[in-house]
Amino acid sequence: MATHGIQARFSCQFGAFTMDVDLELPGTGLTALFGHSGCGKTTLLRCMAGLQAAKGSMRINGDVWQSEGEKSSRPVHQRPLAYVFQETSLFPHLSVERNLMYGYKRIPQSERRISFEQAVQWLGLAHLLGRMPEKLSGGERQRVAIARALLTSPKLLLMDEPLSALDQNSKREIMPYLEALRDNLAIPMLYVSHSTAEVARLADHIVMMDAGRVVAQGPLQTIMARTDQPFGLEVDAGVILDATVSEHDERWHLCRADFAGGHLWVRADENLTIGQRVRLQVLAKDISLARSEQVDQSTQNLLPAIVDEVASEVSPGTSMVRLLAGKTPFLSRLTSRAVHTLSIEPRQQVWMQIKSVAIVD
Amino acid sequence: MGIYWEPIWLTLKLAGLTTALLLVVGTPIAWWLARTKHWLRQPISAIVALPLVLPPTVLGFYLLVLMGPKGMVGQITEQLGLGLLPFTFEGLVIASIIYSLPFTVQPLQNAFGSINQQLLEVASTLRASPRDRFFSIVIPLARPGFLTASVLTFAHTIGEFGVVLMIGGNIPGETKVLSVAIYDHVESLEYTQAHWLSAGMVVFSFVVLVTLYSLNGRMQSGLVK
Repeated sequence: MATHGIQARFSCQFGAFTMDVDLELPGTGLTALFGHSGCGKTTLLRCMAGLQAAKGSMRINGDVWQSEGEKSSRPVHQRPLAYVFQETSLFPHLSVERNLMYGYKRIPQSERRISFEQAVQWLGLAHLLGRMPEKLSGGERQRVAIARALLTSPKLLLMDEPLSALDQNSKREIMPYLEALRDNLAIPMLYVSHSTAEVARLADHIVMMDAGRVVAQGPLQTIMARTDQPFGLEVDAGVILDATVSEHDERWHLCRADFAGGHLWVRADENLTIGQRVRLQVLAKDISLARSEQVDQSTQNLLPAIVDEVASEVSPGTSMVRLLAGKTPFLSRLTSRAVHTLSIEPRQQVWMQIKSVAIVD
Repeated sequence: MGIYWEPIWLTLKLAGLTTALLLVVGTPIAWWLARTKHWLRQPISAIVALPLVLPPTVLGFYLLVLMGPKGMVGQITEQLGLGLLPFTFEGLVIASIIYSLPFTVQPLQNAFGSINQQLLEVASTLRASPRDRFFSIVIPLARPGFLTASVLTFAHTIGEFGVVLMIGGNIPGETKVLSVAIYDHVESLEYTQAHWLSAGMVVFSFVVLVTLYSLNGRMQSGLVK
């Protein structure tokens, strides 16, 4: 039995809904639980926390929270976890400061690895400490809830669609805080979401769920590059690349991002510095293919690639082609007629014309 | 003047003691009723509400029988060496607790029921045990309910008459409370004394209710912290 990582096995049933999950997840980084609403991702998170009773077992980095044979599992308040809920969950009768202190003062001093000042600073709450929750904006409330959760120095951070109840501006406000936490905390995070944008930006690892079951899981890059995207996601399908900024082209307002297997030019909208790591997303619908290198056309990003796999008719009239540029996978979404006309087959050399590249990080 | 003060003091003592004891007894009942899905919920709710609909004389009659020498409770108290409860102050306290039970339980049950369950889940993920959650979240959030319950119970016990008459009789300094004293004065055609006590009751009740409403209003707007 592996002592590192998270092992979660649960089965439960209520009404017509059945959940049956057996997962092994990495003990570090951010894992996204992804799927349509009603797929059981929140239920899974609640089972892991012990908020929902279910048969099964739960281990994290060698620590047993629930095991198959035992009748009773460890109650929620004895599990070293933190949970950020979807809706506002601040205690209305306590000030921001006392909300933050609620969990902090309930853990022994020797277990406190995150200090009050640190959490306040990370989430930018210093000016809000004296306020009551009703006087905060939605984004501020969720930042307080995240800081309050972190102050219990958890061994696992569970987040149930923490952004879904917020407007676009508040989402934009919180996202950088979440990224910083993912990069700076050595705490495994499970993040429930049904937003591809959030997952693309935040996740290292992804678990896709449908109807109470896990349909795919693995590192984000690998899963996003599969041709058989679960439950009709091929419209949003696209690969995620980790790249490094290597050159600026001031004149055309572009910058070059190198990845294993080539480079792409992206719009230099943000204040990117040379050597900075960025996460890029290339959607399958933005890649078209050519059999030869065509220079007399408008697309700036032209990359040679080898066809790896062709999945025809993923939906009527649509095919998905998986390509490799070096070892980096790409997906191209084409009409089935185009695949037929160009007779695209595995191991063929083609040119990818990439119409759009987005920086998601 | 002493003749006025004795029943007033006795009444306040009875109402104060009843309220204090009912908060202790009624809180767990209200908490259970607010949260349970047990089939006993409806029958227990009905029993708690019975004093609202029964004539006080019916309640008093059964309590008299139960606590009398042949009643179950009476036999127990006698065996314990406590004597019989009817026509004593202690008997009156027990009768008042039953009589005023719904006035404590129902406001508390409403207050508990309106607390967002998710806050308790949040507290549990922040390491609070069930007991800890009750004292740190439930009680502070149900504060308006506790205030309403206390005031209603206190005021209702003060106004009690039928039960007292049945079970307490009219013993000065022991069971002769305000309402009985007023009745006594009227029977003996002492209207002046009856007026003094009655008018006092009216003013007292009005002041209590106004205070309650304004306190509750302020609590909801968050001025009383």
